[in-house]
Amino acid sequence: MPSYVITEKCDGCKAQDKTACQYICPNDLMVLNRDLMKAFNQEPDQCWECYNCVKICPQQAIEVRGYQDFNPLGGNVIPLRGTDSIMWTIKFRNGSLKRFKFPIRTTPEGSIDPYKGTPEPDFSKIKKPGYFNYEARTK
Amino acid sequence: MEKETCTFSYCQMPEVVEIETDLLLIGGGMACCGAAFEAVRWANPKGLKITMVDKAATDRSGAVAMGLSAINTYCGENDPADYVKYVRNDLMGIIREDLVYDLGRHVDNSVHLFEEWGLPIWKKADDGFSLDGFQARDAGKAMLKDGGTPVRSGKWQIMINGESYKVIVAEAAKKALEINRQATGVAQNHFERVFIVKLYHDANDPKRVAAAAGFSVRENKIYIFKAKAMINAAGGAVNVFRPRSVREGQGRAWYPVWNSGSGYALGMQAGAELTMMENRFVPARFKDGYGPVGAWFLFFKAKATNSMGEDYCVTHMEETKKLYSPYAEKLGTAIRNHMMMIDMKAGKGPILMNTHTAMQELAKTMDAKRIKHLEAEAWEDFLDMCIGQAGLWACKNIEPDKEPSEIMPTEPYLLGSHAGCAGFWCSGPGDIAGAPEHYSWGYNRMSTVPGLFMAGDICGASGHKFSSGSHAEGRITAKAAIAFILDHADYKPAIKATANEIAAELYAPYEIYEKYKTFSTDPFMNPNYIRPHMLQARLQKIADEYFGGISTWYMTSKTMLEEGLKQLELLKEDAAKSAASNLHELMRCWENFHRILSVEAHARHILFREESRYPGYYYRGDFLPINDKDWKCFVNSRYDAEKNTWELKKVPYVQMFAD
Repeated sequence: MPSYVITEKCDGCKAQDKTACQYICPNDLMVLNRDLMKAFNQEPDQCWECYNCVKICPQQAIEVRGYQDFNPLGGNVIPLRGTDSIMWTIKFRNGSLKRFKFPIRTTPEGSIDPYKGTPEPDFSKIKKPGYFNYEARTK
Repeated sequence: MEKETCTFSYCQMPEVVEIETDLLLIGGGMACCGAAFEAVRWANPKGLKITMVDKAATDRSGAVAMGLSAINTYCGENDPADYVKYVRNDLMGIIREDLVYDLGRHVDNSVHLFEEWGLPIWKKADDGFSLDGFQARDAGKAMLKDGGTPVRSGKWQIMINGESYKVIVAEAAKKALEINRQATGVAQNHFERVFIVKLYHDANDPKRVAAAAGFSVRENKIYIFKAKAMINAAGGAVNVFRPRSVREGQGRAWYPVWNSGSGYALGMQAGAELTMMENRFVPARFKDGYGPVGAWFLFFKAKATNSMGEDYCVTHMEETKKLYSPYAEKLGTAIRNHMMMIDMKAGKGPILMNTHTAMQELAKTMDAKRIKHLEAEAWEDFLDMCIGQAGLWACKNIEPDKEPSEIMPTEPYLLGSHAGCAGFWCSGPGDIAGAPEHYSWGYNRMSTVPGLFMAGDICGASGHKFSSGSHAEGRITAKAAIAFILDHADYKPAIKATANEIAAELYAPYEIYEKYKTFSTDPFMNPNYIRPHMLQARLQKIADEYFGGISTWYMTSKTMLEEGLKQLELLKEDAAKSAASNLHELMRCWENFHRILSVEAHARHILFREESRYPGYYYRGDFLPINDKDWKCFVNSRYDAEKNTWELKKVPYVQMFAD
C-alpha cells in the first residue's frame, strides 16, 4: 500500500532542512521536490505500508492507497496518532466505516529515565550471566 | 569484462569523516537498542565510548518499525528449559541449545523494562477476560515484574498494545547514548541515515575487525568508524527471492522490506563463520497482505482448512510421517506448511483461515460490549503491525467475523530471530551444563572473528527470539563486548585501506553512472551498467527458479543449485558495474550486493546439506527425506572475500536438554 501525498495539504514542512516524512521513513522513500515544496514517495514499490510517514505528517497530508496489483479500489485506513493513544478509521469499499481507539503508551513521551532505580554495574560479574540490573533465571 | 574503478574523475569526492570509538553498534533495531542500554551502563564508569550507526531513524527502524501486537518471547511462569524444547521442535531438531537457554533466562527483564518505559501490556481481568494496557492500569493491575498476569496467546506469547513499541524502546536507547555522550565528551555518538557497507580487518592482526565504513544517504559524506569491538545487528534478508506480488505490492514483504542482508554480508566479508544458512522462513500468512496469523491461531482459536473444510494437518499426517517422522508429529511451522501445500497442489485451495467461526464461537460467551471489544482486538492485531492487511480487508469488504480469509505461504526470507535460524556461528556463554567445548570461545555472542559480535536476526542457530529476545540478546552481547574491550585495553584499531581508497570503493556506482550516463539518450537504458532495481530483479529470478522459490514450490536439487550458482557468479561480477544516480540509489546498489552474498551463502548451504531438513520451507528433490543419521548436525561455512572461495563443513550438534 504505497503512501501518497495530497498536493493541497503538503506544505513541505515549511522549508525546514528536511520534512517529517523524509526524517522518519525507514526505507528512505520520501523526498521533497524543492521546486514545488511538496514531498512525494520516490519508490512506491519499496513501500512497506508501515504508515510512519502518515502518522508523523503534521498536515495530515499523507495517505495510503492499496497496492493495485491486489487491492481493489475504494478502501482506506486512516490513523490519528496522539501522545498516548491512536484512533483508526477504516473505510470499506462499500462505504461502511469502523473506528477503533487503542492505547500506545502509558508514560509521557520523552519521560523515560533509563537507569532510574537501577544498581551500578558489578564488574566482578561482567563475565557471568545476568545484566547489570538482573540475575539470570536458574529455572 | 573490464573492471571499473573510481578515481573521482566523474563524480565528486565526498567528505570523509573518521570516528574513533570503543564499541560500535551497527544497526538501530531491537538488538542494538538493547545493546546501547546495557553497554552504556558498563561503559560509563570505565570512560568507554559507545556509538550507534543506523541506516534509518532509530525511532522507526528495524523489524519493529511499524509496531507489534504481541511479544512472542516472555518466559514468565514457564521454565526456560521448556523454551529450549519448544524452539528445538519448531526448528526441526538442530539449534544451539546453549544460546537459546541463555536467551530464555534473560529475556523477561527486557519485557519488564518495556512495561516500565510505557509499553501497554494486556492483563487478565478477574473474570478471565482481557484488559488492554489502559484498562489494566486503571483497574490497578500489577506490572509484570510485580507478578501481574499477562494475556497469553500461546505459552510464550503475550498480547500488547504495541503501535509505539519501537518508539519507546528507541527512546531508552537514545537517552542511554546521550548519557554516554555527555560522560565521554564526544560531539556525536548516534548516527542516523548512515549505511554501513563493509567491515575492515586490522592492519596488524588480519583476523580481527578494526573498522566499519559507510556513507550518509543524505549528504556527500563517507564515514569510517574505528572501534575496539563491534556488534553487528544489521538484520536478515528480504526480497532476495522473487516475491508473489508482481508490481508495487512487492513492497508488502512479510519481513520488513529494508532488511537487505546487510547483517550477513558485513560478517561474511569479514570472514566470520556462518551456521545454518540453509535455513529459511516461509511464513503462511493472509494472502497478499501478509497479515499475521499467530493471534488468529493461538488467541482466537481459529482453524485453517482447505476449501472442503478439511484440516490438512489431520488428513495428511500419516503421509507426512512416512518422510518426516519424528518431526511431523511435533507440528512445527515448516511441517504445517508442508501439509498445507499438499492440498494446494491437489487443487483443494484456497486454504482458508476460518476467522468467522472462531469469532462466532467466542462471541457465544460474551455480551454486546465484550463482543465489540473482541472485534477491536481482532482489528488491532493488524493495525499494530500490518496495517496494509486491514486496508486489504477494507478494499475487499471482508469482515473477519462474517467470512473466512485466504492464507498462503509467502516467498522465502533469511533471518534468525523469528521462526528461522540462519546466521553466524557465535560463542555461547560457556556456563550452561552440557555445553560442549566447541560451543564457547570466551565471549558470549562473539563470532569467529575477534572483536566482532552478532545479535538479533544474524546470531545463528537460535531462532524464536523475536522482538523481546533480540533486545535481550543485544544486551547480553553488549556486556560481553565491553568485557572484551576491557580485556584488550591496549588495543588501538588501525586499518590498511586509506580514506581515499574506501571512498573510491563505496562511491564506485556513482562514478560509473556519471561516466556513462550520456552515452545513450535515456540513462535508464544503457549497456555500460546495471541499475539497482534490475540487479535485484535478476537476483530474485535466479533465487526463485534455481534455489527453490515459489515458482518451483520451494523445490531444488544439486543440479539446479549448481546452475543457479553459476548465474549468481555472473551477477556478482555485474554488481561491480552497478550504477547510482543519487545517494538513495547508492544505498540500493550496496543493499543489493549484500543481498547477493546472503543468497549465495543460502544456496551453498542447501547444496552441502544432502537432505530436506525443512520440508515446507524448501526441498532437495534428490534428497527428499530428513536424514538424521548423517545430517543431524550444523552446517557451517566461511567465505573468503578476497579469494571469492567457500569452505563448508559439518559441526556436531549436541542435545543439552532432554526431551
